[in-house]
Amino acid sequence: MTGFTQHQGNAAPLNQANVDTDQIIPKQFLTGVTRTGYGKHLFHDWRYLDLHESEPNPDFSLNKEEHKGASVLLARENFGCGSSREHAPWALGDFGFKTIIATSFADIFYGNCINNQILPVVLKSEEMDVLFDAVQRQPNTQISVDLQNQSVTADGQTFNFDIAPHHKTNMLKGLDAIGQTLELDDKISAHESSLPGWMQ
Amino acid sequence: MSQTLYDKIWQSHIVDQIGEDGLIYIDRHLIHEVTSPQAFAGLKDKNRKVRRPDKTFATMDHSISTRSLALDACGPANKLQLQTLAENCEENGITLYPVGHQKQGIVHVMGPELGLIHPGMTVVCGDSHTATHGAFGALAFGIGTSQVEHVFATQTLKQSKAKAMQVKVNGTLAVGITAKDIILAIIGKIGHAGATGHVIEYCGEAIEALSMEERMTVCNMSIEAGAKAGLIAPDQSTIDYIKGREFAPAEEHWDEAVSYWRSLYSDNDASFDTVVELEAAEIAPQVTWGTNPGQVIGVNQGVPSPEDFSDPIDQDSAVKALKYMDLQPGQKLADVPVNNVFIGSCTNSRIEDLRAAASIARTGKVANGVTAIVVPGSFAVKQQAESEKLDQIFIQAGFEWRLPGCSMCLGMNDDVLGEGDRCASTSNRNFEGRQGRGAKTHLVSPAMAAAAALRGYFADVREFQE
Repeated sequence: MTGFTQHQGNAAPLNQANVDTDQIIPKQFLTGVTRTGYGKHLFHDWRYLDLHESEPNPDFSLNKEEHKGASVLLARENFGCGSSREHAPWALGDFGFKTIIATSFADIFYGNCINNQILPVVLKSEEMDVLFDAVQRQPNTQISVDLQNQSVTADGQTFNFDIAPHHKTNMLKGLDAIGQTLELDDKISAHESSLPGWMQ
Repeated sequence: MSQTLYDKIWQSHIVDQIGEDGLIYIDRHLIHEVTSPQAFAGLKDKNRKVRRPDKTFATMDHSISTRSLALDACGPANKLQLQTLAENCEENGITLYPVGHQKQGIVHVMGPELGLIHPGMTVVCGDSHTATHGAFGALAFGIGTSQVEHVFATQTLKQSKAKAMQVKVNGTLAVGITAKDIILAIIGKIGHAGATGHVIEYCGEAIEALSMEERMTVCNMSIEAGAKAGLIAPDQSTIDYIKGREFAPAEEHWDEAVSYWRSLYSDNDASFDTVVELEAAEIAPQVTWGTNPGQVIGVNQGVPSPEDFSDPIDQDSAVKALKYMDLQPGQKLADVPVNNVFIGSCTNSRIEDLRAAASIARTGKVANGVTAIVVPGSFAVKQQAESEKLDQIFIQAGFEWRLPGCSMCLGMNDDVLGEGDRCASTSNRNFEGRQGRGAKTHLVSPAMAAAAALRGYFADVREFQE
C-alpha cells in the first residue's frame, strides 16, 4: 500500500444518521471470495430502482450529475454501523472514495477503513453543517484533507480532527500491519509460554 | 488501583504496549465462510501461515440453506464460498464443523455450546455479534477481514483501549419479560450509537438472575448499542455451564481455572466512564417500530411521532423510519398485521428460546396468511428440541421446522422476504432491507414472535400466559 498524506476532491453528501453496512453493501453481494469488484453494488438498494442495477435512482446523491466523480463522502453520526463486513470499505474504495467525513463512525467500520487506506475523519456536528451547506450551495466545492496536519479545508474554513497515533502512522506510511507485528514474534511467544495450562 | 473487569482482561492480554494502544493476545478465533476467504488469500499471497490453528475454530452458518444439506442448495456463489472455507481449513489445519456435522451451528451458538469460551479470554470473529461471548466474562468483539488475517498470522491485534460503561438492571423482571426485552429496552434508552467507543459491563440483580443463554442474548446485541463489546462477570452459573463441555479446561486444570475465573469482576470502587441504570420491573415486552434497534417501544405503547424526539437528527430518522415501515404516529402495534415470523439467529435460537416460543405455539395455530419459520441455532439445539418434541409442537401449530443456520436474520441464503412483507423477528437488526429489499422487520423476543404468528398481529405475550 502506498500511504495517505492528503487528498482533495469534490464530495457526495449523504445527509442522514445511522447509515449501516447493510445499506452500504447488501448481503446478496457478500458471497465473493475476493476483495475487489464491490463498487458497482455500493448502496444498491438506494442507488438503483431495480434489482438488476439497470435503473439508477435519480434522487440518490451518488447518481446526481453534480456529484459525479466524488472522492469525498460526507455523512452524519454513526456511519457504518451494523455488520463487521469489510466489504463495506471495499465497496466505497472501489467506487472511488478516498475519505469519509462524518460526525461519528461505528468502531469496527472505522478500523476497517484504516486497514483499507480510506481515511475516516470525525468532525463536530456544526462543522459538518458547514461542509454540507458548502456542497449544497456549490456542488463542486473542493474539500481537502491533510492527514499530517489533521485538518479539513473547504470553502475557506479549516477544521482539525483527531486520529489515534497508530492509525495515523499506518495511514501515512501504508504499512503492512501484519509484517510489523511479526517483528514482535519473541514477545508473542513469551506471552504464549506465560499462559496457564488450560489456556496454552 | 481499582480495576473494572474490562481493565483486568485487557491488562492480562497485553503483549506490547504501543503508546496508549496495546498489542493484545487473542485466545480464541472463530471463523465462518463469509469474512474469511480474503484473509486466507492475503496470507497465501505473502506466504504466511496461521500461527495457532489449534486456537481457531470454523463453522458454516451464513450462506447455507435451511432446507437442504447440499452446499449448492443456495447457488454456485454460496457453494464456492463454502468450499473455499473447507479447503482453507484443510490446508491450514483448522478444525471445521461443516454443514451436516453434529457440531455445526451459528458460530455464536456453536462456540459456547462446545465449551470453547471461558471467562477472561479474548475472543474474536469476523462477525459483529461476537459480543455474544461476553456473557462468559470474556472480552469478545467483531473484527473486519484484514484483522482476521492479522489474527491468523500473529494471534494478536493492535487495539485502542475503549471506555468503560456500566449498565445496571435493578430488581426483578415481571412475568413474561425476557432477556431480549432487557437488551432492547437498554438500546432504546441509550440509543443505537449510545455506547460507541465503550465496552459495556452489564450487572445488577436482573442480570445476575439470567441463565447463560439469556446472558448471551443480552451481550449479543451490545453492538446494536454501538458498543465494542458487552461483558457479564462470571459466577456460579458460568462455571456450571462450562463444566463437562468438550473444550472446558481439563480435569487437572479445572480448579486452577475456576479460582482464576472467580477473580474476574469489577472492583467495588472501580470507576466507569458512563453509568446507566434501569429498573427491571418497568420493562414491558419490546417491539421495534423503526429501522434501527434503538427505535423500540413497549408492545402497548403507540408508535411515536417525530415531534416526540428533541434531537433534529432523531426526528429526521423517525420521519424516514415511519415512511419505510409504513406506520403512523400513535398507531397501536396490536393493529399492525404481520405476514412473516422468524424465530432464530445468534440472538435467539438456543434451546431456552425455542422452549419459550413453543410454550406459546402450543396454544393455537399460525394465523391465515402468516408464514412462520423456526431455525434452530445449531445441530445440537435441533436435536435437543426434537428430543423434547418441540419440533412437533411447532409443526402442528403451522410453523416450518428448519435446519440450523443464520437464515433470515440476514438472508444470505434463500430465506429472504419480499417487498412489503412485515416480519416479527427474533433477530438483531431491523435495518432497511436487512431481511429482503423493501421488507419490514420488527425485533421481538421468541415468545412475542410466536404470539404474533398465532394472532397475525403484534400481541402482548402476557395475554397468553394467564
